[in-house]
Amino acid sequence: MTTRIVELRRGILKKNDELAAGLRGRYTAAGVLVLNLVSSPGTGKTAFLELTLKSLRARGARVAALVGDLETDNDARRLAASGAPVRQINTHGICHLDAEMISKHLLGWEGVELAGLDYLFIENVGNLVCPSSYDLGEKIRVALLSVTEGEDKPLKYPTLFNSADAAVITKIDIAEPCGFDRELALRNINEIRPGIRIFETSAKTGVGMEEWLGYLKEQRKG
Amino acid sequence: MHELSIVASIVDTVTESLAAYPGARVLEVRLRVGALASVVVESLEFCWGIAAEGTALEGSKLVVNVLPVVMHCVRCGRDVELEGVQSFRCPQCGEPCFDLRQGRELEIDSFEIDEMDVVEEKR
Repeated sequence: MTTRIVELRRGILKKNDELAAGLRGRYTAAGVLVLNLVSSPGTGKTAFLELTLKSLRARGARVAALVGDLETDNDARRLAASGAPVRQINTHGICHLDAEMISKHLLGWEGVELAGLDYLFIENVGNLVCPSSYDLGEKIRVALLSVTEGEDKPLKYPTLFNSADAAVITKIDIAEPCGFDRELALRNINEIRPGIRIFETSAKTGVGMEEWLGYLKEQRKG
Repeated sequence: MHELSIVASIVDTVTESLAAYPGARVLEVRLRVGALASVVVESLEFCWGIAAEGTALEGSKLVVNVLPVVMHCVRCGRDVELEGVQSFRCPQCGEPCFDLRQGRELEIDSFEIDEMDVVEEKR
């Protein structure tokens, strides 16, 4: 038996990475800031996004959202109440969004043109593992963590937190009854992603939103 | 949870490359997987047999080379290897590190074929 080694050196997610690079180019050309929101199920991504869309619209910004779930369009209907155009992506069992799904859903989205938007939010499927491998062409990846989840989430899921550009702590209004150790959570996030911008928010009381909206504005300019 | 789709994509890619070696049988496929690639090596291995079944890769071995995280430390002025993924500080000086140089790879490095199986055409 004579064996031969064939060198390949090929990225397994190369197709996704190429598509994502194409999307990134389109976003930049259109001047739209694209954010990818990633968290566990139940962190409150939808509530946080709902308030973000509402607040941005109230300030005259043009916003839209793509929302990923395995099934149902419940989140899209909730978000649509903000008045922003929202499109649901059902992955039917797939645990993450990929660049191809984004590309397909940007096509034929009635009334939405990238060039007519200031911000596009992508709410990923609730999952802290798989979405971190798939680039969607976003400029900002946001990792969200609620006070009910435990301060060690960043240590348990370092890939996501290390690849994030911003971290959002949600449900901060119930931090105290949950026995949430704020200092420890901040320390853990910083251990995995030193220097990351962290926002402590509540979609219920609106606390922390001013700072978050300020950051979005800053990022759009930058 | 997406290991099966990753493995299926590896099988597809290798199968495509085999077009240049008609009749070849794959003995081994070598991957380079960064410690931050978000894939579970055991799951890849578990899915391998299922995905390879009925292809030229059937019965082949999957060898996963896990790469540690390498960050650039600004204080030390050089690349440093992290001992794990629980702290992104320089193991030498303790400085927080921002600049990742290695650790997110998810690549097919190479594959090994049995040449005796290659049908020599138009010799």
